[in-house]
Amino acid sequence: MTAKVWDVVIIGGGPAGLAAAVYSARGGLSTLIVERGLFGGQIFNTAHVENYPGFPGGLSGPEISQRLEEQAREFGAETLLAEVLEVELKGDPKVITTSEGEIRGHTIIVASGAGARKLGVDGEDRLIGAGVSYCATCDGAFYRGKKVAVVGGGDSAVEEALFLTRFAEEVHLIHRRASLRAAKILQDRAFSNPKIKFHWNSVVTEIIGETKVERLRLQDTDGRTSELPVDGIFIYVGQTPYTHFLRGQLPVNQRGYLVADETTETPVPGVFAAGDVREKVLRQVVTAVADGAVAAVMAEKYLAHIAG
Amino acid sequence: MANSIVNVTDATFKQEVLESELPVLVDFWAAWCGPCRMVAPVVESIANEYNGRLKVAKVDVDHNPNIAGQLGIMSIPTLIVFKGGQVAKAMVGYMPKDQMKKQLEGVI
Repeated sequence: MTAKVWDVVIIGGGPAGLAAAVYSARGGLSTLIVERGLFGGQIFNTAHVENYPGFPGGLSGPEISQRLEEQAREFGAETLLAEVLEVELKGDPKVITTSEGEIRGHTIIVASGAGARKLGVDGEDRLIGAGVSYCATCDGAFYRGKKVAVVGGGDSAVEEALFLTRFAEEVHLIHRRASLRAAKILQDRAFSNPKIKFHWNSVVTEIIGETKVERLRLQDTDGRTSELPVDGIFIYVGQTPYTHFLRGQLPVNQRGYLVADETTETPVPGVFAAGDVREKVLRQVVTAVADGAVAAVMAEKYLAHIAG
Repeated sequence: MANSIVNVTDATFKQEVLESELPVLVDFWAAWCGPCRMVAPVVESIANEYNGRLKVAKVDVDHNPNIAGQLGIMSIPTLIVFKGGQVAKAMVGYMPKDQMKKQLEGVI
């Protein structure tokens, strides 16, 4: 594998990377996707996706993941399970150092995605796995008949709060603002669900518990503090992009996302940024796959250009 | 030689894990859990690399709730190393192989 120079190396096997692979492999470009663990990306952890256009009734997250992977393979994209440690973006070929050795490519599509952002409060790190969770679909079933809190006010927070009502007896939604940011249809469902209690204008300042989560300390915007006894806390306060392996070779915005417009072109020729890792207003499967398609086409143009 | 991973149940946990002569790495997982599927190839690779020094087992918490409950597991994947029937190390969530090896080096 070391001697080969791939036309396109895609870092990350989520929807953006897999869609890029579908387009580039179908376009006849030799394509390698490097994924650290599981193809499908974050959507794999979503129980049900009902707003992906063209699929009335919805699809499960794992099903979307598996279909994308299958489609990428169908056109001949190859895959490598490895952690990307470092990249050298300049020049040609570009060199990607992974846990399984060195890879070289004429172009790179960075589709490394994003992961859960932490709250950054006392008790959070210490109690991960002991009541602190970032994945309701993974851990929800451990809270049958128990009391849980969900922190956040976006689509993910509200969706996961609704999912948790299948198991938990009470779901406390804690949000720092006076209204939710989530889609109206999700808000309506949450407001009409008797298991969900709302704590507005409130933040969690501490997660308390000896060996497992016992209660949360909350503070509202007037400075009043209170304690809420819960068995678990699910944190959905946004994402943080995975860009550490780039070591500052590409510009990022204030929140750490790669700067690239809808062409997905970065300032480094032959390097493209697609999916959740790129700055954008909406992070969904539909925007990720769109980026992937564009990045693949831009990579193809770049290859034609350097072949001259 | 490839090291085989033992599927352990509530019924066989005592014999396979607590009474094992070798230290045992137990992967608590479930089919619905994405990060569990992410960590599975890492666990497999650890099983091969530590063949003879470490026994590797998996517990599907969906079908074996008792043992997960007794151990107070509230997140999956959770990976626990048992030595002489005692918990020697617990790790929660996905981690790449290098990191898992570092965690194991101190215990086995």
